[in-house]
Amino acid sequence: MKIHEFQAKELFRKYGVAVPRGGAAFSVEEAGRLAAELGTFPVVIKAQIHAGGRGKGGGVKLAATAEEVRQFASSILGMTLVTHQTGPDGRLVKKLLIEEGLPIEKELYLSVLPDRGAAKIVFMASEAGGMDIEEVAAKTPEKIIKVYIDPLIGMKGYHANELAFGLNLAGDQAKQFTAMALKLYRLCVDYDCSLVEINPLVLTKDGNLIALDAKINFDDNALYRHKDILEYRDLDEEDPFEVEASKYELNYIRMPGGNIGNMVNGAGLAMATMDIIHQAGAEPANFLDVGGGASAEQVEHGFRIILADPCVKGVLINIFGGILRCDRLASGVVEAANKVGIKVPVVIRMEGTNVEEGRRILDESGLNLITAKDVSDAAQKIAAIVKA
Amino acid sequence: MSIWVDRNTRLLVQGITGREGRFHTVNCKNYGTNVVAGVTPGKGGQDVEGIPVFDTVAGAVRETGANVAMVFVPPAFCADAILESIDAGLPLIVAITEGIPVMDMLKVKNYLKKSGSRLIGPNCPGIITPGQCKIGIQPGHIHSPGHVGIVSRSGTLTYEAVHQIQRFGMGQSTVVGIGGDPVNGTSFIDCLSAFQADPETLAIIMVGEIGGSAEEEAAEFVSQHVTKPVVGFIAGLTAPPGRRMGHAGAIISGSSGTAGGKIAAMRQAGITVVENLGEMGAIAKDAFASALSGVVEK
Repeated sequence: MKIHEFQAKELFRKYGVAVPRGGAAFSVEEAGRLAAELGTFPVVIKAQIHAGGRGKGGGVKLAATAEEVRQFASSILGMTLVTHQTGPDGRLVKKLLIEEGLPIEKELYLSVLPDRGAAKIVFMASEAGGMDIEEVAAKTPEKIIKVYIDPLIGMKGYHANELAFGLNLAGDQAKQFTAMALKLYRLCVDYDCSLVEINPLVLTKDGNLIALDAKINFDDNALYRHKDILEYRDLDEEDPFEVEASKYELNYIRMPGGNIGNMVNGAGLAMATMDIIHQAGAEPANFLDVGGGASAEQVEHGFRIILADPCVKGVLINIFGGILRCDRLASGVVEAANKVGIKVPVVIRMEGTNVEEGRRILDESGLNLITAKDVSDAAQKIAAIVKA
Repeated sequence: MSIWVDRNTRLLVQGITGREGRFHTVNCKNYGTNVVAGVTPGKGGQDVEGIPVFDTVAGAVRETGANVAMVFVPPAFCADAILESIDAGLPLIVAITEGIPVMDMLKVKNYLKKSGSRLIGPNCPGIITPGQCKIGIQPGHIHSPGHVGIVSRSGTLTYEAVHQIQRFGMGQSTVVGIGGDPVNGTSFIDCLSAFQADPETLAIIMVGEIGGSAEEEAAEFVSQHVTKPVVGFIAGLTAPPGRRMGHAGAIISGSSGTAGGKIAAMRQAGITVVENLGEMGAIAKDAFASALSGVVEK
């Protein structure tokens, strides 16, 4: 799960990690009031969306006067911000972060996250702050310091020292840094974060270390133990089809630009099914894993959500019955088809547990369903739909 | 022969009294697996289909001589259950549960490294040596004994692989689902290494997907240490970056973990890559022809 920068900064404040003074604004008036409360200029106005690259897209402005605050706030609020992470459709900006502008001496990069390969918690730090860290890693990997921490031992002072001295910090700044790193580690572990990133972490001209930006992602599997984080969920940032699917605990991801809907059991098979649709010359309109223990109702909801997408010109259902029995799947499809009404061709490929019973249910349903005998056959039949 | 599980396996089931645990325990038992005990704290003394239930893993091991644990405990308590089996000294633990927080698995993984136990999973279909022992949620009836070892990160995609090679008359030595989580117990390399050492396994299929770098590392291992023919498949060519594709571990981060990168690494290692899922059986038949020639499959 992703949250906004202003929410991440709330968590930083809670853990004593220094951030610029400021707050979130949902209107131009609020932005003006917050700027006035800061009592200083320049004031930074930052679009709040769940995507990076906001500055380049025109979503971050520096205002020198109260008039400029209002001007920039009104131009950013309601704009469709397109960045390299939003896709071509961009995101509508509905929230702003209003902050004091700081005199910057130096920009650093700092992040902490679980490293899947090493099975450790890793800190990454760099003096090349404010830049795309992927680019830094690709071009000048020597500029990134990595410190791995065994979660059974936890973060120790020496870990923090390695980072601080690696960043060429000394004296009071090194002290500020090590204290901050230890707090970030605790935040990452306490809240099951999949990423805590500060880019840039700035050293101000008056010698303070401050998190100018803040990005936190959370492990979805751990949200059950963080009810306070669930409050941060922003449905405006999610695809409405995905929001609907999440109500029924369906693993659904919309693929903009696709034309073939698909419903599959199992994540790996679902991805592979998207791939064969692409290889057949069409494009998948979604990823949908109905899971191993899907009920007829879940299958019905999944089918309904796929068909609600106006881009869908055909549907491929690919089920390998294991726990999810083919007869149960077939019943769900028939019920859904009768309720929703199918206006596009549907190709079904089923194999595995109770497949004969499943095929019988489909055959006797009287619905116009196209059955495929195997994966290759299914792909060919989908290709034919697209060409038609 | 086979790897890790066979007729001598004595299975203990953690979470045996839950709906899923009970259902799949019965299926495993019906397949022929020797299920000797169940564990649910507070339900010791009861039984499930004649299988005695104990309060603790240590107690169950003491009474029944169980040597493998299958874990069906819900995600919030699953790390605890795995740790209990590690501490009870079980050499093999198969965790089926999906949804364990990464932070919990990080601790389990680091504790595991210091122990003598092997963990398969979590978030996996399990492990099966056809005709001998099934531990997990696989449809047992689609398998048959043979000489192809299969290792996979996905459940139903593994069944697809089994189904396709069956159609070309190829049975399996052992099929291992290592799970779709970012932090898991047994890696591709562990399985490849065991298949290479197993005289009964003559050819190998590895099924990977986007996310992480386990397939790249496995490919490197194959080029160095595996002499048996390997066929590979990667799911997720069309997956968009930054999205979690069902499995917690199936996510392209920035430019790393893409299907294209993994396929290139596999090709470079001499692995025969299946690009179109529908062709897996036919491609395996050709790639394994000389390794399996003269072998009578049951």
